[in-house]
Amino acid sequence: MPAIVETRGLTKVYEDGTEALKPLDLSIEEGEILALLGPNGAGKTTLISMLCGLVSPSGGQALVGGHDIVASYRQARRMIGLVPQEIALEPFQKVWDSVRFTRGLFGLKRDDAHLEAVLRQLSLWDKRNNRVVELSGGMKRRVLIAKALSHRPRVLFLDEPTAGVDVDLRRDMWEMVEELRRDGVTIILTTHYIEEAEAIADRVGVISKGELLLIEEKDALMVRMGRKTLRIDLRAPVRAVPDGLARYDLELAADGESLSYHYDTMGEGTGITALLQDLAREGLALRDIHTRQSSLEEIFVDLVKGEAQ
Amino acid sequence: MNWQAVWAIYTYEMRRFIRTFAQSFLSPVLSTSLYFVVFGTAIGSRIDQVEGVSYGAFIVPGLIMLSVMTQGISNASFGIYFPKFIGTIYELLSAPVNFLEIVLGYVGAAATKALFIGLVILGTASLFVDLTVMHPGAMLAFLLLTCLSFALFGFIIGIWAQNFEQLQLIPLLVVTPLVFLGGAFYSISMLPPAWQTVTYFNPVVYLISGFRWAFFGAADVPVGISLMAICGFLALCLLVIGWIFRTGYRIKP
Repeated sequence: MPAIVETRGLTKVYEDGTEALKPLDLSIEEGEILALLGPNGAGKTTLISMLCGLVSPSGGQALVGGHDIVASYRQARRMIGLVPQEIALEPFQKVWDSVRFTRGLFGLKRDDAHLEAVLRQLSLWDKRNNRVVELSGGMKRRVLIAKALSHRPRVLFLDEPTAGVDVDLRRDMWEMVEELRRDGVTIILTTHYIEEAEAIADRVGVISKGELLLIEEKDALMVRMGRKTLRIDLRAPVRAVPDGLARYDLELAADGESLSYHYDTMGEGTGITALLQDLAREGLALRDIHTRQSSLEEIFVDLVKGEAQ
Repeated sequence: MNWQAVWAIYTYEMRRFIRTFAQSFLSPVLSTSLYFVVFGTAIGSRIDQVEGVSYGAFIVPGLIMLSVMTQGISNASFGIYFPKFIGTIYELLSAPVNFLEIVLGYVGAAATKALFIGLVILGTASLFVDLTVMHPGAMLAFLLLTCLSFALFGFIIGIWAQNFEQLQLIPLLVVTPLVFLGGAFYSISMLPPAWQTVTYFNPVVYLISGFRWAFFGAADVPVGISLMAICGFLALCLLVIGWIFRTGYRIKP
């Protein structure tokens, strides 16, 4: 797959000296869904804003569909749809006029059939003659998406699409993303809801303090970084981990009733068999055992914490 | 050129004007009528002629200029400030449009509105006084140039302003006094010589004088200088806009 978005040393330093984005090399393939994770102020929005033309890069280069975002900004921007983080809409405009306005800005002739399809897909068709001010927050967010889709973008940027959105709309949004992907649209979303990235992304990038810490296939990342935990509930509480089990990395719960053992399924051996045998040898009776896969959230927290130290 | 985008911005702005058409149309008619009742009839009846013209007719060009300048500024400044204020500016910046196209859309619409209001005032005034326009071509040219340059000036204010107070500041504290002291309601020759000299530093004097010349053939300053003044102001605004365009001043960090 060819890269549809490519950055080479793209960087942003604001006038006050803040380095919002350190030189970044990034390649996004056509048709993929990339989730950019990171805490607030990590540089996610700065990156998107530069690619979309809201912020001027301080250095480096970025191409969208092979077009330089500065030198060939018209060709580059024609391929891009942007759904901003904040709800920014003219309150007295009708939904239909608002969507048509965006299409006009992109230099395209009227195409009522396309706009109708977009509004129907987003359950906005019945509201087309309503003024924006009459809509609920969720509906306004749908209008922002409809505007971004009015010119059939090939790359869609969703900046925190589900921040403060109810469960229904979040599900709808994920479905819509799936549909767009089927049409071959590349989707780049920023989020700090990790479950969102877990649910819909193909690849995950983690940004912290203006730096891309990693970018990897989501599934591979979860296997590579994910640790499994074995929790052993004991029949009778113990005060301390018995000396005979010292060679295992065991954590004793505060109440002394369970032991946690971390292991890696990718490693040579998990050590589970030996551990269970040694537990029996130490005379510990087991009540139950559980295993748990660490979530993307835990991986993310570990990463960002590791960076902070 | 992305003309489709220019048209989209222009019609968007004009739609706002049409939505409030009654207000846009009636307020200049009303205020002009009031000026005529107060200045034209009550005070004007005690003033003979000014430069060979009845006082009622004499103030018409100034009245038109007063409205055209303030309307051009307020429409264009609000037009570009509002998207900044509510955040919809993101749409303009992320669309395949350049700054020239944005300026054309907003300034074109603001100038159109100012022109419309200027013509409404001219129509209303002609109901109160006998008006003959000696140089209709020059009259129209002055009117158009003023609409355009003050709309550009308003656009600059709208980009510069960071709150509603700043948006009002220049029109209120600079433009209105300059227009009132620019000979809208009197001839410069009526002032003591010292004040006449001061007045010549007021750029608005040249615009009103030139515009009045187009109506009556008489002026405070030679019409050529008036024309140069308005063209100079236009060029100055274009230079500033060009600088904003290059630096992304206050719109694009």
